[in-house]
Amino acid sequence: MSKFQFPESIISRPVYGTLTSRPGKAHLMIADAEGAEAILDLAVQDAVLMAKSHIIYIPKGTGETYTTKLRALKPAQFYEGPSYEASVQRLRHVLANAHQGLQVYLAGTEGLMGQAQNEAMQAGIPHTSIQTEHRGSVARRMQCVHCKGITEDVMHDPFQCAHCGLHLFVRDHYSRRLAAYQGVRVDAEDHGNIPEPQELYS
Amino acid sequence: MSAAPQKAKPGAEQIPVTVSAVVPLNDLVTRFEFKRRDGKPFPTFSGGAHTVVTMNDDGRTRLNPYSLMSDPSDTSTYAISVRRDDNGRGGSLFMHTRVNVGDEMTITYPVNLFSLDLRARKHLFFAGGIGITPFLSMIAQLELMNGNWELHYSVRTEALGSYVDELRYKFPNKVHVYYDDKSEAIPLEDLLDGQPLGTNAYVCGPKGMIDWIHATAESAGWPDAQVHSEEFLAPAPGKPFEVRLCKSDLTIQVGENESLLEAIERSGVEAPFLCRGGACGQCETNVVSYDGEFVHRDHWLDDEQHADGSKIMPCVSRFVGKSLELDR
Repeated sequence: MSKFQFPESIISRPVYGTLTSRPGKAHLMIADAEGAEAILDLAVQDAVLMAKSHIIYIPKGTGETYTTKLRALKPAQFYEGPSYEASVQRLRHVLANAHQGLQVYLAGTEGLMGQAQNEAMQAGIPHTSIQTEHRGSVARRMQCVHCKGITEDVMHDPFQCAHCGLHLFVRDHYSRRLAAYQGVRVDAEDHGNIPEPQELYS
Repeated sequence: MSAAPQKAKPGAEQIPVTVSAVVPLNDLVTRFEFKRRDGKPFPTFSGGAHTVVTMNDDGRTRLNPYSLMSDPSDTSTYAISVRRDDNGRGGSLFMHTRVNVGDEMTITYPVNLFSLDLRARKHLFFAGGIGITPFLSMIAQLELMNGNWELHYSVRTEALGSYVDELRYKFPNKVHVYYDDKSEAIPLEDLLDGQPLGTNAYVCGPKGMIDWIHATAESAGWPDAQVHSEEFLAPAPGKPFEVRLCKSDLTIQVGENESLLEAIERSGVEAPFLCRGGACGQCETNVVSYDGEFVHRDHWLDDEQHADGSKIMPCVSRFVGKSLELDR
């Protein structure tokens, strides 16, 4: 389950790769849940990488499964956060004090990678230089194009907007600026005609 | 990219100008200033832009690109600085020996292939010799915006350091000059280390310097998209060859000292171009058939395109072999 191959889609949809060790002065790794596995694989590639690495990890319901293994990599800094939102302050602080030559590695769910990528972009790193690897849940971070509210961890299509309550069609149209996919009212033309929700990629 | 098909034109729009000043700076470099003949203001441009100067050298038309080095917000005058190359193809020699104040010339609207990335937190400039010219206009632009920049400028000797005194006088804390004859070198690794995130580096100078900066920045973990460079190539001479232009139904000869693009133009065929230095991609031409070897010299096509023989950049690249047929 942990590595999922997303089917090919429109150009807007992000494509994730496999983390590889790159030359750099410092390395920042941000992962949630099963994303830890990608960091563990990355550490195997390069024995000296961890000595210059800062890991920000959000277990997201995986408990102690990965934290012990990640700590055992002996990164220069390790931070375990209760949620992405709680970790953002630290992330911004790290980026604000970082220098050119910092490598950023993101792993885990799309919502985490998208939001962390957005922070890194705002700090001045081109998105093309930020590595990503999808692991774990295929849940999406969705923006309702009508009320603009964000619904996290969407697993079904259509789904109900957590803010305005409209039933939204899950689209592959993605915004790097918002770090979210765009959800559009599924019954816009025929109010009340709402298809049975299907689990994403099931 | 825009959805509308873009018609490739031969060069940017022309501006008729008069030479308003010719200022020798040192043994090798002279500045040429231009005023518009129609008295209208020049268009403003962005730092790093170049213009293509048309030279009428006894009936032979020479078109050479030069970086605009005047203040981009000054619409009364455009200025270029030209380094004389005694072993070159003759464009710079023509400028140095034949162009005088009051001469009428034609230059193109500015084209920028080396612009500032205004998202950058800081701009780090590396200039080698005459490579200083685009940075002069970039600096003028950034100074208006209170931009964060520093310049590292490598010159051969004090006597050949174009604009060194002026730059040092105006920006004593931002300009760093290194003299080859005193064995001074840009401390590149130290300079790349510790720059704030989002710093962009720019290099203009000899090929060796450009390659050195790209390679050193890459190994220090700098994103490739944040290291910018500009190198205009002069077309290299080579063995004459014959080309068939199939759309025009013409067979032409490319001489030893002219480029393929120049030969196409000489035969009266309109061919698109902009930079004439292998950088902009405008003159890209499809190859219909060939029997021989390409001498690709451009920075535009990728290695795969160079290898498969499907395209050629006639401004700088040549051909050696039996036959070449182009879709032009």
